[in-house]
Amino acid sequence: MKLECVPTVSELGSISILGQITNISAALKEGQVTPTELCQRCLALIRSTQFLNAYITVAEETALKQAEESEKRYRRGQPLGELDGIPIAVKDNFNTAGIETTCASNMLKGYISPYNATVVQKLLDGGAVLLGKTNLDEFAMGSGSTDGVFGPVRNPWSYSRQYKEKIVPRSDSEPENSNWVITGGSSGGSAAAVSAFTCFAALGSDTGGSTRNPAAHCGVVGLKPTYGLISRHGLIPLVNSMDVPGILTRCVDDAAVVLGSLAGHDPKDSTTVQDIFQPFALPSLTDVSKLSIGIPKEYHAPGLSSEILAVWSKAADLFKNAGAKVVEVSLPHTHYSIVCYHVLCTAEVASNMARFDGLEYGHRSDMNKSTESMYAATRREGFSDVVRGRILSGNYFLLKQNYEDYFVKAQKVRRLIANDFVKVFGSGVDILLTPTTLSDAVPYVEFIKEDNRTRSTQDDILTQAANMAGLPAVNVPTALSGRGLPIGLQFIGRSFQEKQLLTVAKWFEKQVQFPMIQLEEVKKHDNGVLQHQKSASFS
Amino acid sequence: MAARGCGGVWCRVLQRGPGGSCSASRPRRAVACNARGGAVPLGQSGLAPWAAVVGLEIHAQITSNSKLFSGSQVQFAAPPNSLVSFFDASLPGTLPVLNRRCVEATVMTGLALNCTINKKSLFDRKHYFYADLPAGYQITQQRVPIAVNGSLSYSLCKDNKMSQMVTKTVRIKQIQLEQDSGKSLHDDARSQTLIDLNRAGVGLMEVVMEPDMCCGEEAAAAVRELQLILQTLGSSQAIMAEGQLRVDANISVHHPGEPYGVRTEVKNINSIRFLAKAVDYEIQRQIKELENGGTVLNETRAFDSKLGCTVPMRDKEGKQDYRFMPEPNLPPLILYDAKSLPANVNHQQVVNIDWIHERLPDLPSVKRAKLVELYGILPEHSFTLVNEDGLMDFFEDVVKQTQMKPKKVIGWILSDLLSHLKQHSLTAKESPISSFLLADLLNLLENGDISSSAAKQVFEELWKGEGKTPLEIVKEKQLELIQDQEELEQICQAVIDEREKEVMAIKGGNEKVINKLIGLVRKATRGRANPLLVKQILEKKLSE
Repeated sequence: MKLECVPTVSELGSISILGQITNISAALKEGQVTPTELCQRCLALIRSTQFLNAYITVAEETALKQAEESEKRYRRGQPLGELDGIPIAVKDNFNTAGIETTCASNMLKGYISPYNATVVQKLLDGGAVLLGKTNLDEFAMGSGSTDGVFGPVRNPWSYSRQYKEKIVPRSDSEPENSNWVITGGSSGGSAAAVSAFTCFAALGSDTGGSTRNPAAHCGVVGLKPTYGLISRHGLIPLVNSMDVPGILTRCVDDAAVVLGSLAGHDPKDSTTVQDIFQPFALPSLTDVSKLSIGIPKEYHAPGLSSEILAVWSKAADLFKNAGAKVVEVSLPHTHYSIVCYHVLCTAEVASNMARFDGLEYGHRSDMNKSTESMYAATRREGFSDVVRGRILSGNYFLLKQNYEDYFVKAQKVRRLIANDFVKVFGSGVDILLTPTTLSDAVPYVEFIKEDNRTRSTQDDILTQAANMAGLPAVNVPTALSGRGLPIGLQFIGRSFQEKQLLTVAKWFEKQVQFPMIQLEEVKKHDNGVLQHQKSASFS
Repeated sequence: MAARGCGGVWCRVLQRGPGGSCSASRPRRAVACNARGGAVPLGQSGLAPWAAVVGLEIHAQITSNSKLFSGSQVQFAAPPNSLVSFFDASLPGTLPVLNRRCVEATVMTGLALNCTINKKSLFDRKHYFYADLPAGYQITQQRVPIAVNGSLSYSLCKDNKMSQMVTKTVRIKQIQLEQDSGKSLHDDARSQTLIDLNRAGVGLMEVVMEPDMCCGEEAAAAVRELQLILQTLGSSQAIMAEGQLRVDANISVHHPGEPYGVRTEVKNINSIRFLAKAVDYEIQRQIKELENGGTVLNETRAFDSKLGCTVPMRDKEGKQDYRFMPEPNLPPLILYDAKSLPANVNHQQVVNIDWIHERLPDLPSVKRAKLVELYGILPEHSFTLVNEDGLMDFFEDVVKQTQMKPKKVIGWILSDLLSHLKQHSLTAKESPISSFLLADLLNLLENGDISSSAAKQVFEELWKGEGKTPLEIVKEKQLELIQDQEELEQICQAVIDEREKEVMAIKGGNEKVINKLIGLVRKATRGRANPLLVKQILEKKLSE
């Protein structure tokens, strides 16, 4: 078996692979590094971190070709923009022409879409280099990135010096590698890919927190833009009325750069707003005294770890001490959001999954007794228990006799939840500050003790209200937990006020100085599929 | 307003066939709809009369270049699966984008049917698994459709007499926009199903009519009027044979004064003639069923046009719960009027109801009234002109090109041209005699160049479509009237000389007998004599 190495910083020459997109972009322009070199380095990193299981498909060949094209443009002095030549990864629920799109499901294993999602096309049009497709929970249904047919994603922080120093072996009988922690999800592959430096930015999707949750666990920035700002065309839907493409980057500035290339009306998605989007660079705030930061008391939810609570209140103090107005606010309907989300999500899932019948594309069962038996077998074979469970409950809620009691009620509650935000923002609050997750990432072995539904409802509790209300929200890595794992906080902004939201997030990011992941040593993969013997320092 | 529903009365069939095959037991229609709207006892002792209730659901394919939610072309009889976009095939991640033209066509139709146009309407998903429904759901408008609460007036003749026309009105419950499905072709021999998605996603208007009709004839007349309106608007070609207009009939029977009976739905009706047949058959079937102590099942039946009866449809999916849900990928459809239209709006982005209203063409009813007023023709004639495909245009073209009065032209159009067309199952557009040639012929007649009997001969010749002009035919067949006065006088004299008896009678005061002489002159001239002139000559000679 070939041994793969993680390149060290020295191998990268004067260019730090850890840099921001804007810096790399400048380096590309100045010729300090070429897109091909950059691409090759990322591909090498993908190989050497393969045990993370962050990628489902690595599109090496097309990526190198794209890098080559980019290189030509740079040589001509005509790069397409800041993203030209920048290696990126895309969650495997976005359609990519010519590259498999699986949704981590048997249903779509081997499915090659004939078209690019609008966001993918925009990235490619901007010259970005698409490295591959990242792992997720099947059809994005989950909060751990543990429930896909390609296996769970491992959190790169499991292999960080920070975590290893803190960890106490669970018991002598258990192998050391059982300590690895989950990434969160469902965009865990994208979060891990960014966190492990295999790409500069990745697309996730966010329906109930699927971008922000893994961002928090993996110590990266995770932006869920306002519903309607970015096209969903080509994103294989979970809940159409809540889905938004999410952006995962290593810093807030990068998120703004990627947002700038993706946002705007798409004639192919009627739910995108018509207003013209002006890409923006984020100013560096020096004065936060005019800001009003709201602390919603309902986010002090049952199960919130004391550590996170401490980080949250420290962050509030940080704003207060810098002169911002920090007020406790109430979003009284927050605790209804879990049950409300469950009804709306499963109902739309039941509907969206109806198209997977084995006829036009995807898996088709050999069963050919009748069309109906073929449907049934195809769907039984193609979907996991989690997906089938959601389809079943969704169809139950949509039955004529249940529709009023469940779906209509849930819609009404959703309106109340959205109105909570309207009221709070109407009262003069600019930004809400909340935790992103209840705790830091848990070890996989702990995580799988509970079923997907229980976990999802617990894990989404702090993030899903923003989806219900369609509001922009961003996870900013804030501190390390006692176990040496990332803790993130969430900022929720007003609709379409991404610039304000990210400006505040950037200020906060600068204050907290979140530590860099120290992937000191890439350990032996437990299956022995890959062995990583050379150490690589990223510090 | 005309009477709603007709309360027509049906009675049981007195003579029953031996039963068994449905054609054998095909009932005869007991009574036609009663145009006055009253119950007419049929004189059958001991039998309470039955009243039938008929409601219609009509799907009209919208005439548009592209489909309702995708850019694929709309075209009849294109090669299978040649007009299928990613969205039509329901590829994951694709989204619907509403076709503005389909919205405008539906608004237009709603206005023409006196509907209230909803300024805000919504789209819903209707779920069922079927091979020609790729997404597993149809996007429709279940909760708030584009148009509601309209009405359609239609006329039909009483007792099959053209001169006794009555006007009725059926209420339109709603008009909704929705997607058409694809087509499944079942190959039973190889037990496989082939799917053609060309039709999948084509825009449909579903027009839901309240159960205000009571017999096949009424249903047929209402659908024919709707068809004319759609064709006038251009919102649908509405050709039933091509599936652009599909009619499902909901039918029940009850005794007047009692609640409505259990209804059945009859599908697979592909012509207006069959609609009348299917409805009447189904009414009789239900009456017979009930009178035999049976029950009517709430079921879907198909009309078998060969056997002329309805048969239970193989129930595809059993009783369906369509699990309706709002379509989350389409924002509410907002329509504007002059008042609500926001300033500085891109006109390409909005649909203005008032703008469409102002541009509505003359509807068939208005056209008929105008024909009566403009040409002085009878209302029933205007009805035929408008209802027969292309006949009105033909008539008007002829009128423009001839000196003959429209009142006279209409006779030629209705009794000569139309009967020939019907005999050969042609439309006016397919007529072998163009409006130009007919006008030419009528001009010869009007000028006194030929007699009307000669004109009929010329018409027959023209119908052969050999490319000859009327004048050529007249010359060839020597049909022109004898213009030479001397020649005519000689022929008249010869007749007088031969018919002493008749001449005596006339001279004796029985002036009517002169017609016989005129006839004889016409015979002698093979119709080439101008009867008026002949009469003058004869009168002059006889008074000498």
